[in-house]
This record gives sequence, structure tokens and C-alpha cells, in this order.
Amino acid sequence: MTRLIAMRIATVLPVLLVVATIVFVLLRLSPGDPAQVLAGENATPEALSNIRQELGLDRSLPVQYVTWLVEMAHGNFGTSVLSRVPVLTLIRDRLEPTMVLALSAIVITVLLAVPLGALAAWRHNSWIDRGVMVLSVIGFSVPAFVIGYVLILLLAVKTDLFPVQGYVSPLSDPVAAARHLFLPSVTLALVFMALIARVTRSSVLEVLGEDFVRTARAKGNRPTRVLWRHVLPNAAVPIITVVGLGLALLISGVVVTESVFNIPGVGRLTIDAILARDYPVVQGLMLFFASIFIGVNLLIDIAYVIVDPRIRY
Amino acid sequence: MQINRREALIWSAATLLATTRSSLAQGRRTIRIAPHAALRVLDPVTTSAYITRNHAYMVYDTLFSIDAAYRPQPQMVKEWTVSDDQLSYTFTLREGLLFHDNRPVTAEDCVASITRWAKKDVVGLRLASAMSDIRPLDDKTFRIALKTPFGPTLEAMARPSSIPLFVMPRRIAELPPDKPLEEVVGSGPFRFIASDFRPGVSWAYERFADYVPRAEPPDGLAGGKVVKVDRVEALWFPSKQTAINALAKGEIDLLENMNADQRSLLDGDRGVTLRRRFGPMASTIRFNWAQPPFDNLKARQAVQAVVTQQDYMDASIGDPKSYQICPALFGCGTQLEVDDGFRDTGKPDVKTARALLKESGYKGEKVVIITPGDIASFAPLAPLTQQLLQQIGMASEIQTMEWSTFLARRAKPGPVSEGGWNIAHAVFDRLDLISPLGNPNFDARGKSGYSGFVDDPETTDLKNQYERATDPARQKAIAAELQKRAYDLVFYIPLGTYYDYEAFRSNVTGYVPAPVMVMWGVTKA
Repeated sequence: MTRLIAMRIATVLPVLLVVATIVFVLLRLSPGDPAQVLAGENATPEALSNIRQELGLDRSLPVQYVTWLVEMAHGNFGTSVLSRVPVLTLIRDRLEPTMVLALSAIVITVLLAVPLGALAAWRHNSWIDRGVMVLSVIGFSVPAFVIGYVLILLLAVKTDLFPVQGYVSPLSDPVAAARHLFLPSVTLALVFMALIARVTRSSVLEVLGEDFVRTARAKGNRPTRVLWRHVLPNAAVPIITVVGLGLALLISGVVVTESVFNIPGVGRLTIDAILARDYPVVQGLMLFFASIFIGVNLLIDIAYVIVDPRIRY
Repeated sequence: MQINRREALIWSAATLLATTRSSLAQGRRTIRIAPHAALRVLDPVTTSAYITRNHAYMVYDTLFSIDAAYRPQPQMVKEWTVSDDQLSYTFTLREGLLFHDNRPVTAEDCVASITRWAKKDVVGLRLASAMSDIRPLDDKTFRIALKTPFGPTLEAMARPSSIPLFVMPRRIAELPPDKPLEEVVGSGPFRFIASDFRPGVSWAYERFADYVPRAEPPDGLAGGKVVKVDRVEALWFPSKQTAINALAKGEIDLLENMNADQRSLLDGDRGVTLRRRFGPMASTIRFNWAQPPFDNLKARQAVQAVVTQQDYMDASIGDPKSYQICPALFGCGTQLEVDDGFRDTGKPDVKTARALLKESGYKGEKVVIITPGDIASFAPLAPLTQQLLQQIGMASEIQTMEWSTFLARRAKPGPVSEGGWNIAHAVFDRLDLISPLGNPNFDARGKSGYSGFVDDPETTDLKNQYERATDPARQKAIAAELQKRAYDLVFYIPLGTYYDYEAFRSNVTGYVPAPVMVMWGVTKA
């Protein structure tokens, strides 16, 4: 295990450097101009030229690249072209809403989707199985923004049970935070439940056919004990993979839900920065997301070893 | 689930704290607004973005401001005199003007602010060129001396777009105009709360208790800025639908803008008042003058012959109460409203258009129309234009891109093969149009000018004449000549003006009809 962690950490820096380089090149290749966004639509050519000079955008790309790398090596990820706020401060301020939303969504998802998927497999070809599969197809097919707006209409505007929008930190007001988080978390959970329930179902189905399950049943174990003690732990590896990657995807990709519920998270920050061609912010965010994926992959690998002792690295 | 006594105590305390905080916020007469865009840039001299300008009107004060008829009126200035030869303006400030750091506003601050602004604003640059000297005479008085008369001096100082003249403390205003400001210290009716600024998300202001408003009632952006709320919280909504839902439910008090279509979502809601916005928007067709086929006047005239404002407004806005056919290139309802040169008969003339196109030597080359796919007000324009081009026998292609790419591409005068364009649309706030000196459509400096790259030295000459004219009648006559020239040479094609809507909770009163969203005068029951 220690060797695995050490090896992974050793590969982090080269991976991040590759990501940084690709992001830098792709951003510069894409059309658009941060000076134009900063100056405004009716800016004169002279104003644009001054801003480019001030932001260092008139320098050659190799010079910009090396300058950026050197600054990053010193822990300086740059400053937003638009707001002049340090990139790390911007990400830090927007991280909490996304993390809280992603975690609450994944908790709801796992608590509901894993038992539902297992039940569907256990009652294979029954009405329960078909019902779960129909629900999962619907959940996966309907876009998150449609689910979000429908929930807002029914549970916020018409019935006044929840707020329409906004984010409250659980640290400042847990009750208000829970009320604000409920609808966006359910929106995200409905989408991811479909995926995780399907993976759970197929994984459990596969394990149900194994000899050791038949043996467990033959020994007279109760069905629920067979499911929880023998089947689910052995079906866990693909489920852990999907849950782990789902969490990473949620952290990096909740932009639609954040927009619909007006949650100021990193998803919205990313889209805003890309649209505004705010190069330092996009570069910082991409490195951050790469780090999240690397970290989550490491945690998934560690979880494999814990749930399945046959796995060795 | 069982809760022990300790947990129960913590939860009770948290609930009590939340309730108390909420009550306090309400007790402090807080108004929550949803502006049209997210605030990211705080320095109004760095950018011409409307949201930064609107923010600045809250925090900074101006020497002059325009009233509802777009006329300059004194704001921080108490009185002023103009010498007989029109070469010297002397201004005296009102009593009691204070910056938010409690320093009195002095003539030195005004001089430094004018100097910084005049290095960036397009009309400010012209004023600066005409100036021979600007200096404080005493604490409250300063003088501008001119080399040549500059007729629109007061208009320039009052102009609300694109970079208005806001007064800042001298220590800040003397920083280079290319370096963005790091602190927001104005002398306006609201104080910016820096600790509540979350770029791109939310920001807040509190009433500046020591602000001394003028005695007159509010009138456009002029008049008394009497603040009746303690705090203004601005929250950016990336989804307009969510903002409308939040207003309907009372989570916000005021929504700055929504288009005519969205009005139906709030129609019939008794808790909400809907109002047509004060200043309309004007959509246009722009040609790339630097490239064929529209480097040729006949080709531009061919398109002009089939464009009617009525068709564009019917198709893109629909509701006749929400749009206006407007021949005046400096804005209908403004001081320079004239209808000289207007070619639009309300009926497309396809026959003439085809003949003009033939005369132009057009050989069937494909015309590229660029359009931003992510801006709703642009969405109907490109397909309509393409349909008209098709009618007159022009081959065309629409290329859709997002806003940032569109802006960067529209600024390129080169051929399509090098990332250029032939037709692009633009939408302006009427405020951008009211002055011939500041109106981007009258930038006639060719490839070094505003996108469209209109090249017409005579227009530049007419603008110089306008600048020197001190008689309003003469100014209007020159504006009429400019307008006629723009129609004759087809600088661009105006497509009519249309109104967005603003919506506010019915317990909000006193919201001043003005071309910029301002929070003085507003009360919340």
C-alpha cells in the first residue's frame, strides 16, 4: 500500500506538467481575446492594445509559458485577468459550495442507488427489476436542468417548501444549508442514481452466479445475509469505481445544476472563466481538476485493496 | 434518530442565530437586486462594460449627469461659468461633498479624475486634445482652459457611456489609467462593501450616511440621489428563469432586465410590478467595409434596399408595444433626433436590390455572417439577414460562435480566409448612440477604427466641426449631415429599437426610471 501511494505521488508532478502544457496550448489556440472581454464590447482598438500590453498578452507564447511555469513553481498561480483576484483565492472561495453539493448528492445517490440496484438484481426479471431499470433510463435520459426546473416549480414556487436558489454554508447555518441543498442535491442524485443502480445491478447479477454464493445459500444462510455479507462485498469493485469517478465528475461538472440553482461553485467559475478567456483562472482550474481526478483514482485503488484482498499492486 | 441534550442545544442555538440574523437583515431595510450581468471589474476607467459602469454610479458621483431627456445637469457642480470666447470653463463644487474615507472632495480630486478619464474615454480623449490647461483655483473651484472651443464640454462630463467621468480621490486618480484600481473610494450615495465582493457572484453596498444629495427630485441620472434603504445586495443569476422564479417567490426584490418574451412568466403575478425599461436597445447590421463584396457601396445599398425595421422588429421582438421604428441614428427621444437620410420605406425593394447588386460586380462569392450563439438578443438576427440575402441572390453562410470569439473575430478587418467576416450584427444601448463623438457607428477611421471599419474622412471632418460648434442648433445641423452621410454611404443598417422590461416586487416603490439601474429613491415596505 505504501509503495502504491509513493508511486502515485511520484507520478503526480509529471502528469500535472503535461496537463498544464496541454491546457496552455489549447487556450492560446482557441479564438477569443481576454482583452476584448475586459475592455467591453465598444472598446476602441487603442484601448484593446493597451490592455493586451498591460496583461502581457503581447509577449510571445514561449515567454508567456515559461513565465507562467516559473511563477507556478513559486506557488503563484496568477491573478484573474478580469477581477484581479488571485486564482487560488477564487478557487478556494468557490470550492466549498461545489464540494458540499457533490458530497450530499453522492451520499443520497449511494444510499438509494446501491440498495435499489442490488434489489433489482436479487429480484431479477421481476416487476421490481423492471421498475428500477425504467426509472434509471428516465433518470439518465432527462437532462439535469429539466429535472431542476421541474423540482423548483413544484417544490419551491408552487408549494413553498424549499428556496428557489442560493447557497448557505452548513458551517454558518445548518438548517438553512440543508433547505438550500435539498433540491440541487436531489437533481444531481437522480441523474447519478440511474448510472450507479445499473452498475450495481449488473455487478450483483454477475456475482450471484458464482459458486461461493450457491455454497452460502446451501449452508442455510438467510437471503439478506447472503446479499449483504457475500454478494455485495464481491460486487463492490465496479461500484466503487463508478462512485469514485462520479464524485470527481460531480466536483468538476456540476455547472448546469449550479446555474439552475444559482450556487456559486467551481463549475460556474470554470464556465465563466472559459467564456471570458480568463487564462490564469482556466489554467488553475484545470490543474485543480486534474489533481482531483488523480486523488480520487488513488483513493479508488486503495479502496479496491480494502474490499477485495485478492487485489495486490 | 435520537438527539441528546447537547445536540439539541447546538441545533436550537443555530436556528436562533439564523432567525436573528435574518431579522436583523430585514430590519436594516435591505433590497436585493438581480442585475443584468456579473460584476467582475471594479475600475470604471478600465472597461466599457455596462455592469461596471452601473456599479460605479452607485459608488462614485459625477460632476454632471444626464436627465431623462438626455440633457446634462449639474450634479457635484454647484455652478459654472463659460468665458465669452468659449475657451474657459470654471466650475465650483457643491458644499458638503465627502469621499467614503471622510475626506472632503476638492477641486484637486476633480482635476485628477478628469485627467485619468480623459486618457481612456473616446470623447474624453477629444476634450483632452482641445484642452490647453486644467487646474484647481482653490479647494472648491477648478478651471478648464481650451485651445479651441469644445461645444459638448458639459455633455462629455455628463455622458453615461461608455466610460463616464466619475470623481475619485486624487491619490487614486493619479494612478496610471492602465493599472486597475485596488480600492473603491467614491463620494457617491452608496459605499461599496469590499469584504462582501465575490467576483462573478455577489456584491453589496451600504448607504453612505454623509452623502449630501441635491435638492431637486431625481430625473434620469440627474437630480437628488436620496437613499432610502440601508443596504443593497446584488446577486448574479446565470439563469434568467431562476431569477424570475426568485422574484416571484420574493427571494429578490428587483430584476434589472428581461426580454419581452419573458414578461409573460410574471404577467398576472400580483406581487410583482412589470415596467418597460427606460432606455431602449438598438440592433444593427454591420458590414465589413474592408473586404469584398461590401467594400463596394452598391453591394451595401443592395442590402439596405431590402431591410425594413418593421420586419426585423416583428420577427425578433413581436410585440409592437415593445419596439419602435427609429430613423434617428443618435437615438429617438434624444437631443439630436433627426430623420434625415432615412431610406427605409417599410417595404423591401427586391428589384432595386438585385439591380444594385449586379452593378456592384458581385460574382456569387459566399458572404459569411458571424453571430454569437449564446446571446439571446442576437439569435433571430442572422437567420433573417441570411433570408434577405437569399432573396436578392447573394450566397451566404452563418457561422455561429460564442460571445468572446465573436467579439475578437468582429474586430478583425481581414478576409474571411484569414478569420474575418462580411456581416456581423451589433446591439447598442441608446446611451452609446447619443453623441456623434462617442457613437461607435461614426468611427470612420477605416481599419484602425471600430469594427465595420468605415472609412470616410468627411465624417471625421464633420465630427471635428461638431466638436467645435457651441450653438445647439449648429450641433444639430451637423448631426443631421452626419446621419445623412451614414445612410447614403451605408455605414451600417439600423434595425429599430426595442425595449426590455424590469420587474420588481410590488412593495418596492420609488424605483427611478433611468437609463442605468440606480438605487437612490427606492423604498421597500
